[in-house]
Amino acid sequence: MQNSISYRIADFLKRFPPFSNIPEATLQEIATEVNIVYKEKGSVIFKQGEATHPHYYVVHKGAISLWSTHEQLCLDICDEGDIFGLRPLMANDSYRLDALAEEESILYAIPIAVFRPLAKNNSAVTTFLVESFASNTRNPYASMPKGQLLGDTVKFDANRHSTDFLDFQPVTYTKDLVTATSNERIATLAKAMTMHRIGAILITENQLPLGIITDKDLRNKIATGLHSITENAASIMSTPVITYPAQLSVAQAQMGMMKNHISHLVLTEDGTTNTKAIGVLSKHDIMLSLGNNPAVLVKAIKRSKSVEEIKSLRMGVMNLLRGYLKQNIPMALTANIIAELNDVCIKQIITLTLQRMTSGPPVPFAWLALGSQGRKEQLLHTDQDNALVFANVPDGQLPTTQSYFLELGKKITAGLHAIGYDYCPAGMMASNPKWCQSLDGYRRTISAWITNPGPNEVLLSSIFFDYSLVYGDAILISQLSKHITKTIRSSPIFLSHLAKDALMSPSPTGFFRQFLVEQDGEHRDYFDLKKRALMPLIDAARVLTLSEHITGISNTWDRFKKLAEIQPQNAELFLACSYASKALLKFRTKQGLAHNDSGRFISLDKLTKEEKVKLKRTFKSIKGIQELINTRFMVSRLQ
Amino acid sequence: MMTKTKKELPAFWKAYAASFKNGLSQDLSKVSLVVLDTETTGLNLKKDRILSIGALRIENGQILTKEAFELFLEQEKFNAQTVSIHGIRKTSAVQKIAELEGLKKVLTILENAILVAHHVGFDTGMLNTSLKRHGLPKLKNKTLDTSVLFHRSLPRSQQKANSHYTLDELAAFFNISTSDRHTALGDAYITAIAFWHIIGKLKPTSTKELLKKGRFFSWPISF
Repeated sequence: MQNSISYRIADFLKRFPPFSNIPEATLQEIATEVNIVYKEKGSVIFKQGEATHPHYYVVHKGAISLWSTHEQLCLDICDEGDIFGLRPLMANDSYRLDALAEEESILYAIPIAVFRPLAKNNSAVTTFLVESFASNTRNPYASMPKGQLLGDTVKFDANRHSTDFLDFQPVTYTKDLVTATSNERIATLAKAMTMHRIGAILITENQLPLGIITDKDLRNKIATGLHSITENAASIMSTPVITYPAQLSVAQAQMGMMKNHISHLVLTEDGTTNTKAIGVLSKHDIMLSLGNNPAVLVKAIKRSKSVEEIKSLRMGVMNLLRGYLKQNIPMALTANIIAELNDVCIKQIITLTLQRMTSGPPVPFAWLALGSQGRKEQLLHTDQDNALVFANVPDGQLPTTQSYFLELGKKITAGLHAIGYDYCPAGMMASNPKWCQSLDGYRRTISAWITNPGPNEVLLSSIFFDYSLVYGDAILISQLSKHITKTIRSSPIFLSHLAKDALMSPSPTGFFRQFLVEQDGEHRDYFDLKKRALMPLIDAARVLTLSEHITGISNTWDRFKKLAEIQPQNAELFLACSYASKALLKFRTKQGLAHNDSGRFISLDKLTKEEKVKLKRTFKSIKGIQELINTRFMVSRLQ
Repeated sequence: MMTKTKKELPAFWKAYAASFKNGLSQDLSKVSLVVLDTETTGLNLKKDRILSIGALRIENGQILTKEAFELFLEQEKFNAQTVSIHGIRKTSAVQKIAELEGLKKVLTILENAILVAHHVGFDTGMLNTSLKRHGLPKLKNKTLDTSVLFHRSLPRSQQKANSHYTLDELAAFFNISTSDRHTALGDAYITAIAFWHIIGKLKPTSTKELLKKGRFFSWPISF
C-alpha cells in the first residue's frame, strides 16, 4: 500500500539514475517495497564472501565505502543517490567487496525480486545498473568517469613499473585489421597492403589468426623468385603466428619482437591463437610510442637549437601529461616527470641564452623557480615566477654585475614567454632588479621580511620560500637556505604570521557539506579549487616545514611526508594531507586539460557525483591541518 | 469481576497479550520497535479523540515500508482549531474506519514491540483512554520517548532546562525533511529517523540500558 513513506522514497529516488528513467507509477510501486536501513558509522552492510542480500542499496544519507578485502583498498565511496551492492542483481553468488558505513547512513534497500521484473524491459535502467556494477569494482582514483566498464580502463600496476618510465605505456596498435584468407593470391594481397599502406597482412580463418605475410616475406620469397606472385597466401605465410594479449606494455612488446626475431606481433583477445585477432602491432607502432616518451623528449629538448624547437617539443610534453592522467599513473610520478621536463626546457632556454650573450657570466649565479614551479606542482602552463641570485661582488662592481644579470634575466624570461610561460603579473621575475640580486642583497631582503612581517612581506615570502634550483650554483642556494632558517630561529613570530596567512583561505564547504562557490565576479557560482582547496594545504605545508627548519623540500606532498616522519604523532593527518594535495592537483590538471584553462575554477554541475565525493574527501584533511596550525602557532593571539 | 472481564476480551486482544509471553531480547538489533504517532482533536486525554494513527515497524534495523500504515478514525468529536495543524476535516475524502477497528490494527502491528513515539506519554495516553472506552485494558508495551532520549543524547551544556523538545527541533537538528509533517505517518517517520540518529549517539549496549535511558518523565500537565 502506498503511504507517505513510500512517497518520500519515490520522491528521493526519482532524482537519481536509474530511477529517473522509471515511470512514476512503477517507481511508486517499487517504493512501497523498499526497506529503510540505518547504519551507524563504521558498521558493516555486507562483507566479502557473505551470501547476497535480497536487496541492493541506494544511499539516502551519509556515505558508504566499498573495500576490496585482500588488497585493503578503498575502491569507492558512495554518497547520496549512489547505488551499491548490485551483485545479487547480476549473479547468484556471494559479495566480492566489503561495504562499510563511512558515516552514519540511511539506506534504501531495494528488493531485487520486485525490482527485476519492473526494470527488465527498461534498457536504460539495465544498462545503467550493469555499468554501475562494473564501476563499483573499480578504483575511485581511476581517470575514467563513472559508468565505464572495467575492461575499458587500463590498470596501472605501481609495483611492477615503478622504476622504468618506458615500461608503463601500453602499446597502441593498428586496430583496423586488414586480413585475407589463405587461398588469396599473393598479388592481390600485395595490392591490398599497398592500398592500406601496411607492412603486414594477417591471414585468418574464421577470424582466428592463421598466418602472417610481411614486407619481408614479399622481399625474401617473391622478389628472389622462390615463389610466384600467382601462388596462394598459404605458400609464403609465416605460420603459426606469434600472438600476445592486447594489454601489452611497450617493453613487453619490444621483448616479444626481439625474442622471436619478428617485426609484427598479432594481438588476440586472450593472447592465444584460439581467440579472435584484434590488432597487429608493428615495430613502427613501438617507435611512435617511444616518441611519446619522456626520455626521448628530454633528448630532443637538449638537442634543440632554438626557442621555436623547444616550443614544439613542449606540445609533446602536454600530450605525455594527458596520456599519464588517462592511464592513471600515480600523481607524484606524473608531477615529477612533467616537472623534470619543464626543468629541462627552462635549462635549455638558459643554456641557449647564455650562448647568445656577448660575454660569459662575471660571477657564479643560480636560477630559481619560485611558487608552483618551485614546488614542482606546475603541470599546466601558468605564470613564470623566478629569481636570479649571483655571488657577492665588491660594492664597486655591483652595478655592472647586476646589469649583466638583468640583461640575462630579461632574455631568459622572454624565452620562457615564447615557449608558453606567461609573464608574472606581479613582476616576480629575474628581469626585475628586486629579483635579480647578489646573495647579500637577498639576505637583506629576507631578513626584512622575517623581522618585520606585514601582509606584503608574508605574501612575498610565501612565494619566495618555495624556491628550487633550476640552473647554476647550488652553493649559493644552500647559503640562502641557511640564512632563512637562522633568521626564522631568531624571529619565531614570523611563523605565526605565516600561519595566520595560511588560515586566511576561505573554507571549501559550508555547514551542510555543500560546496561554497564564489559569490561575485567573473567566476560567480564557480568553485575556486586553487583558493579554497589547494592553497590551504600548500600554505600549511610551508609554515610547518619552516617551523621544523627543513629546507630543500618545496613540494607540498613531499613536505607533508617529511613532516609525517618527524612528527609521528600527527603522521596520519600529514599523510592524508600529502595524499589530498596530490589528488587535488590531479583534479585541477584534469579539469585544466579538459577545458583548456588553468583548471582553477570549476563548474560544479559539470562534475560527476564521484568527482564531488573525491573533492569533499580532501576537505577533511584541510580542516584537520588548519586546526593543527591554529593551535600550534597560537594564531588567535595575533588578532 | 476481573475474571469476568478477562473472559470477555476479544480474540485480537488475546493474540496481542500472548505475544508478550516471550520477553524482549537484550540484543538491541533483534528487538522489534514500532514507531507511532497520533493526530488528535486536541491535547486533553479525556475529552479529545484520535483522528489518525501512523505506525511503522522496525525489524532487524529496517523500516518495512510496506507494513507502515496510516489510519483515519471516525470520530463524533471535532475541533475546528486543530484542523489547521493536521488538515483532517470532519468530512474529508479519506477512507475512515471505526475506532475499534483502528485499535485492532494498532495492536496487530504492535505485538510486544517497544513502542517509540515523540512525547510517547501522550500517544499511549490517548490510545489507553480509547482502549478503555471499548472495555479493553491498557497497552502492555515498553515505551521510549524520543524527546527524553534526545535530551539525554545532548551534552549537558546544550540540554534545555525544561527538557522539552519539539519534533520540529529534532528534525532540524538531524536535518530530516519535514515535507509531510503533521500527518500521522509522516511524523512517525521523522520520529523513527530521529530515533536512529539518537541511538547512534547514545550507543546503548543492551535493550535494558536503552529502556532506562528513554524512561519518560511524567506527562506535563502544562503542555
